[in-house]
Amino acid sequence: MMVTVAMPVSSQAGVDESTLVAQSRQGDTVAFGELVRRYEAKIFRLAQHVTQNREDAEDVLQETFMKAYEHLDQFQGNSKFYTWIVRIAVNQALMKLRRRKTDKSVSLDETIDTGEDTIVREVAAWDEDPEQRFSREELGGILDTAVESLEPPYRSVFVLRDIEELSTEETADALGLSIPAVKSRLLRARLQLREKLTRYFKRKGDDAFAYM
Amino acid sequence: MLTCKDFLKELSDYLDETVDKEVLAKLERHITECPNCWVIADTTRKTIRVYKGMDPHPLPSDVESRLMRALEKKIAAGKSGQTT
Repeated sequence: MMVTVAMPVSSQAGVDESTLVAQSRQGDTVAFGELVRRYEAKIFRLAQHVTQNREDAEDVLQETFMKAYEHLDQFQGNSKFYTWIVRIAVNQALMKLRRRKTDKSVSLDETIDTGEDTIVREVAAWDEDPEQRFSREELGGILDTAVESLEPPYRSVFVLRDIEELSTEETADALGLSIPAVKSRLLRARLQLREKLTRYFKRKGDDAFAYM
Repeated sequence: MLTCKDFLKELSDYLDETVDKEVLAKLERHITECPNCWVIADTTRKTIRVYKGMDPHPLPSDVESRLMRALEKKIAAGKSGQTT
């Protein structure tokens, strides 16, 4: 029998997540379509941040939702659906990174100096809402460039903790890291980004305090 | 007495508000006395805030339509009893 399955635009925008998951498990493709639509942009952003490659990110996006659909019965329901698909997406993205790893090391497991020297070179105050000096587009560009310049071990932790807003435990779990490792990488990532953004966000007239 | 180095070590937990009361009191005392650490804490807090406030761009329409096509294929294959 030929089954045509469409993923129609649903009227389920307000339906809560656990209902959608339960409906999807029973084969309701409209409900599953709504779950996809809810999280596709975030998963694509996450995949782009981790893989740094648009083509790989698109593969990760498709593989994530296909795997989620396939393994929906394994979703326990004791975590959030979003956390569950983030874990799938991180795994897929890391696999891409490892596969692409040739001369340039992109391993997440690489030894990084444990960092007694938390880098603080520039101490200049920022405006109260420094981001308002920029258009949305400019700001997006500044923030993306700064994240992209982080080394992969720091970048992945920062993306999961501070952009996707996972907890420390969830981040540790998704990346296969210990909690202290997540914490120390997060601190370094935050400080490095602070340093990079200071160039754009520091209060005008405070140049006397800039040492760089 | 807390040094700047001690303060920096606790900075993430301080900003995430996951330090206990005793440590918190020490950290807060330190930043009232150390302008540099105050600036670092303030600018790091703002760094986190600007990233949290960024919504993802909507999925580009070509990426979205390829995603939907892939899923429809997957679902159809599942329904007719095939595995991939």
